[in-house]
Amino acid sequence: MGTTQVLFWFLSVLALISAIMVVVSKNPVHSVLWLIFVFFAISGHYILLNAQFLAIVNLIVYAGAIMVLFLFVIMLMNLNADTEPQKNKWLKIAGVVAGGSLLLVLVAALKHADMKNQLADMGSGDIGLIRNLGLTLFNDYMIPFEITSVLFLSAIVGAVVIGKKD
Amino acid sequence: MHELLLQFDWLLLIEKSVLILIIISVSLVIAMYETYAERKVAAVMQDRRGPNRAGPFGLLQPLADGLKLFMKEEIIPASSNRLLFILGPGLAMLTAMMTSAVIPWSSHIEIGGKTIHLQIADVNIGILYIFGVVSMGVYGVMIGGWASNNKFSLMAALRGASQIISYELAMGLSIIALLMMTGSLSLKTIVEQQQAPGALYNFFYQPLGFLIFLVCAFAECNRTPFDLSEADSELNMGFHQEYSSMKLGFYLFAEYINVFISSAVMSTLYFGGYDIPFVNDAALGQHIGQNWLASLEALSLIVKVVAFIFFFMWVRWTVPRFRYDQLMNLGWKVMIPLALANMLGTGFFILLRGH
Repeated sequence: MGTTQVLFWFLSVLALISAIMVVVSKNPVHSVLWLIFVFFAISGHYILLNAQFLAIVNLIVYAGAIMVLFLFVIMLMNLNADTEPQKNKWLKIAGVVAGGSLLLVLVAALKHADMKNQLADMGSGDIGLIRNLGLTLFNDYMIPFEITSVLFLSAIVGAVVIGKKD
Repeated sequence: MHELLLQFDWLLLIEKSVLILIIISVSLVIAMYETYAERKVAAVMQDRRGPNRAGPFGLLQPLADGLKLFMKEEIIPASSNRLLFILGPGLAMLTAMMTSAVIPWSSHIEIGGKTIHLQIADVNIGILYIFGVVSMGVYGVMIGGWASNNKFSLMAALRGASQIISYELAMGLSIIALLMMTGSLSLKTIVEQQQAPGALYNFFYQPLGFLIFLVCAFAECNRTPFDLSEADSELNMGFHQEYSSMKLGFYLFAEYINVFISSAVMSTLYFGGYDIPFVNDAALGQHIGQNWLASLEALSLIVKVVAFIFFFMWVRWTVPRFRYDQLMNLGWKVMIPLALANMLGTGFFILLRGH
């Protein structure tokens, strides 16, 4: 096992454990903090794939901005472990069964997929570097990129309209 | 297991560890003496003497303060969330320290034929890394304020967090204008571009961008006039009201480390970093040897940083605190439009020069 593999296993285990803790935690604030750990682990995976830009933007946007808003909402609504509604036992069992079935379907679907030829380059590919990403984005995907920016603009306008009192 | 151990580049690991150790120690010592300098600067501005009891000129005052903080009784409120309460100051310190990893402190030194770059990591997304860490800085404040289980702390934490994320936007926009000129996100490359013979410092091309960055840096560090999260008259002591002993010390200390690091970032981005002003560094290097040059360059950066730190303190003891709505208006209605205009203007000029 090389350094890359050690890091890969470490990050994968971290991501999975944190993701499970997000679901299991009783306190919503703890859930959000575990979710931040998940984002860190995923960013680590991006760095292993040599996609540094994606890694850091994932941290800035998700862990740095969106999760802060989550925390804002949870703190302002004063959600605690006590206020968390206790679900019915049968509902919990149904949830576990449904989740397990979904996992089964995913495994079955991916079992015969051609994985050997689809392996990602570990630490060698240069498509994720900021220069190549920019060139691709502004040459090959110019129109979709601009349309996305219009989408964002409409989202901002929508937020302003909703935010107005009268 | 043996093969695994052999695959690591141990020499690089040792080199970087020593470098990290030195930089962290230097940051801590500088932050320590910033507390002393802050009180001395305040004293001079208010026509007082300032601390002068501990040691000559009161130079041992930071040590005495540190000892006091360590010796004080540590109180963790019974109704607080214990784990997060302890995590808060730790996170504040961690995020304050982490930024120093991408700042080039000097060019390089040669020891026994081996070239050692005086920068922990020259990643090609250096500036974005700084933004990433800055955006993490919110959590120290928020988690600490929430875990204290005190209304004042929570209010202050929310204020602080919304202030930090508001000013982050203008800061990012002001940097984009700079990046359009340099064409690189690596801090080392940015310094080398400014160091080249005949090149001016970025400040002269981006005065407005620098001004915006400076104001946002004040806001990000929670320094006066933007220390709304510590407004005593409204929120008692702010988000660290429930903290005592060294945990409180960590919060206060993190602020000073942030001041130091943001001074270093501003020097690097806009004032040539480790470049020695008015001197052709490469020619000087051939004259006195690379190692001496690197030391002089590090000294040059430190001088610039100290000048910025003094500026931080100067402003703190001159300008009164903003009201909260004024702060938000300044951030969203002045800083962001200005930064956008600056970005468009820079783009226009670059286009004009390209044709």
